[in-house]
Amino acid sequence: MTKQKLVIIGNGMAPGRMLEHLFDLAPDAFDVTIFNAEPRVNYDRIMLSPVLSGEKSFDDIVIHDDAWYAARNIALHKGHKVVAIDRDARTVTSAGGITAAYDKLVVATGSNPFIIPVPGHTLPGVLAYRDLDDVEGMTRAAAAGGRAVVIGGGLLGLEAAAGLKAQGMDVTVLHLMPTLMERQLDPAAGYLLQKELESRGIEVICGANTKAIHGQEKVEQVELEDGTLIDASLVVMAVGIRPNTQLARDAGLEVQRGIVTDSAMRTSDPDIFSVGECVEVDCRVYGLVAPLYQMAKVAATHLAGASDAAFAHAETPTKLKVTGVNLYSVGEFGDGPGFEDIVLRDANRGTYKRIILKNNKVIGTVLYGDVADGTWYNEFLKSGEDVSALRDTLIFGQARQGTGAADPLAAIANLSDDAEICGCNGICKGTIVNAIRDKGLSTLAEVRAHTKASASCGTCTGLVEGVMALTLGDQFAKKAEGMCGCTDLGHGDVRRLIVAKGLKSIPAVMQELEWKTSGGCAKCRPALNYYLLSDWPGEYRDDQQSRFINERVHANIQKDGTYSVVPRMWGGMTSSDELRAIANVVDKFNIPDVKVTGGQRIDLLGVRKEDLPAVWEDLNKAGMVSGHAYAKGLRTVKTCVGSTWCRFGTQDSTGLGIKLEKFLWGSWTPAKVKLAVTGCPRNCAEATCKDIGVICVDSGYQIVYGGAAGLHIQGTTELGTVKTEEEVIEIAGAVTQMYREQGFYLERIYKWAERVGYDTVKAAILDDLDSRRAYYERFVHSQKFSQSDPWSERVSGVDKHEFKPLAVFGDAPATATTVTEPAE
Amino acid sequence: MNAISRDTAIDWRHVGTIDDIPAQGARCVTNGAMTIAVFRTADDRVFALEDKCPHRNGPLSQGIVHDGCVTCPLHNWVISLETGAAQGADEGRTASFPIRLDGRDIYLNLTA
Repeated sequence: MTKQKLVIIGNGMAPGRMLEHLFDLAPDAFDVTIFNAEPRVNYDRIMLSPVLSGEKSFDDIVIHDDAWYAARNIALHKGHKVVAIDRDARTVTSAGGITAAYDKLVVATGSNPFIIPVPGHTLPGVLAYRDLDDVEGMTRAAAAGGRAVVIGGGLLGLEAAAGLKAQGMDVTVLHLMPTLMERQLDPAAGYLLQKELESRGIEVICGANTKAIHGQEKVEQVELEDGTLIDASLVVMAVGIRPNTQLARDAGLEVQRGIVTDSAMRTSDPDIFSVGECVEVDCRVYGLVAPLYQMAKVAATHLAGASDAAFAHAETPTKLKVTGVNLYSVGEFGDGPGFEDIVLRDANRGTYKRIILKNNKVIGTVLYGDVADGTWYNEFLKSGEDVSALRDTLIFGQARQGTGAADPLAAIANLSDDAEICGCNGICKGTIVNAIRDKGLSTLAEVRAHTKASASCGTCTGLVEGVMALTLGDQFAKKAEGMCGCTDLGHGDVRRLIVAKGLKSIPAVMQELEWKTSGGCAKCRPALNYYLLSDWPGEYRDDQQSRFINERVHANIQKDGTYSVVPRMWGGMTSSDELRAIANVVDKFNIPDVKVTGGQRIDLLGVRKEDLPAVWEDLNKAGMVSGHAYAKGLRTVKTCVGSTWCRFGTQDSTGLGIKLEKFLWGSWTPAKVKLAVTGCPRNCAEATCKDIGVICVDSGYQIVYGGAAGLHIQGTTELGTVKTEEEVIEIAGAVTQMYREQGFYLERIYKWAERVGYDTVKAAILDDLDSRRAYYERFVHSQKFSQSDPWSERVSGVDKHEFKPLAVFGDAPATATTVTEPAE
Repeated sequence: MNAISRDTAIDWRHVGTIDDIPAQGARCVTNGAMTIAVFRTADDRVFALEDKCPHRNGPLSQGIVHDGCVTCPLHNWVISLETGAAQGADEGRTASFPIRLDGRDIYLNLTA
């Protein structure tokens, strides 16, 4: 029997593996010819990272050397790129002019790195991370020193970053998404990874959108969308890959995202197979090696003869090849309906384990730090076994599984009295049990106070609680009043720990404070977002998706889903120009209701969400800005006409009110803040029921605070009397800042003051001048980052997506906004 | 050209790409008089519900997305993104629509 001619286009790992299988199955079936665009033999591409970091050499990662091809009589054309497939003549032709005939053809053209087409992307010094040429380019750049900017915080980008760092470069990673490796890791694990990389001196900037690469003859700087400039002598783009399908497309094979094959790896031409990253099979394309090797095996089997081997999708675990970084993820790892999480965090060890279950089956896992049980969990994922019986102890790993030891307390019950529970303080189980019984202890705090168990590093807290549960039985109520179901920590603990531990992102808080859910809930996320914004002004980036809708779109949602719009009227003063502009907006957008509010301004009710930017634009043009009527922040400063007009007025209450409003606006606070300045003790501006009130008197200004006139009615408490407007402004800023730093989310000033004590506030703000000054200065600093009009930002394009439908089908519903030009 | 024909009985419409929707956010699709909210979770999965809370018709698209659910902005009902069912002690259900992610492209089934 004469041999058939097999031609392979591409010499990567997938066709290499396919040939191994083929020569095992049918050593004499084919004469093989390979065209390889790269000028070298088949090497282990996934080991390029150790080559870059210097841990391996190229020779170490060669899979098939020249002798291997020679022994099998394979004609390997190195450095020959195929430019055409002639399916009628059944030949392929290379750029170098070599034509080869085939009976069977395998297209294994792999993928191309995606290069973001920003200005400057063609400058020398911009590299992809794909093959040995790229690695050699990077190694040369590293020898010259300087800073490398790696664009892309995925698997490849981070490996490149670690390798370049190991080669002695300064490295900055730019990642578009908020957390690293978001395709493989949840935000909690992404946060731990970022911390690890940063501790190695790699700078990581998430949410970084590259705008341009600058340089005269070669790369010099990278510019971000926000204007940040980063010096760079090397830019590595590792933002993704695209299947390389051009050749197949030109030959008329069916191509979607990749070259379409059936489950036997056959393309739309039965004599042409395809394997590797260029393939789309069952609507999926692949980039990890395990499924590519499966394709290789299937294709080899069919080439060798009739077979029913079929490619089947399987979840592939992800690991990062950076020495010393342990992470593992496989399957589903997000949140979804019916998904149940089991989460174990150990902040001291920096570990995070999460198993995702659905219908009592493991559907995914994310492990960071302690990855020993990754393969064990993956077994459950693959087998689809019901894990109900193991559920209570599953998260502790395979080593912790006893025969039928489903009760986590059983292990503690089995401990002898002299077993050490707290290593830091050398406390045994018996000591704790005796203390609980003899002294009648019932809370963890009491046990810590009396025995010191878990009072130092705290890692044994769970064990101590277990001992308490066993000793006290039903009397042991472990749950403290947490801020929500995601944590047992209260607002006060969370605020204190954010500052003490320097936590600067929501994932950081959730990891370090051992959140019990993976991503928080609608209660804790807005609170955390506020705490971080308040504690790290200028550093923390506001998370829009953790904000209630009103603060996200800067208007108040109404019962029918429309919005109300309230422009600021400083101190309650307005003008004919402003009123005309408001009237024009009302006519132009057919706004159904216009109402005067209790805070001395005008509310436009019933504005459609899509119209908001246009409404704001018109109001902006007339000089009006957002009144923050929706904000946990400064709402209004209500004033009376004061000494300007009133025969009883003692001071310029209107002017002072305007000054206070211009000073305080824009700041975010735990709950809304309303002020009033009234010109005499007759109190027309109703200052004595406001969060902060000022009552003008002949001798100066009386400052009061902690009033409420909502569900709860309460008069204010006096803070003190001062002589000048400047002092009023300084004290108002200081007390607002103290409240910002100490208040619990949604806690009004009166509740905060009751909790911490009116005397404490007075001592810190009125009596201690240094303390007052310090609060004031922190407030002034924070205001630098908050005083920009959110309406004009959105008019100029911020958050555009909020105000437009994604798609419109059919006849649009009758619109409420028939735009008519106002009569002038 | 919006429709792709895999099964003629199913009207899959291309509504945009996943990048058009912020993670843990939503955008609306209008279909005649009905508004459908398309949600994107933290891990890039998409769901479609009628943009109406079963309680008082609040626009679910405006709520906070968390743990496979959305919290309605009007009265804090929590609705499952997959089933449209109210969670916890509340009872009610919002219509859900089949939705498909093909690469980054989102296809919504309007025949349901």
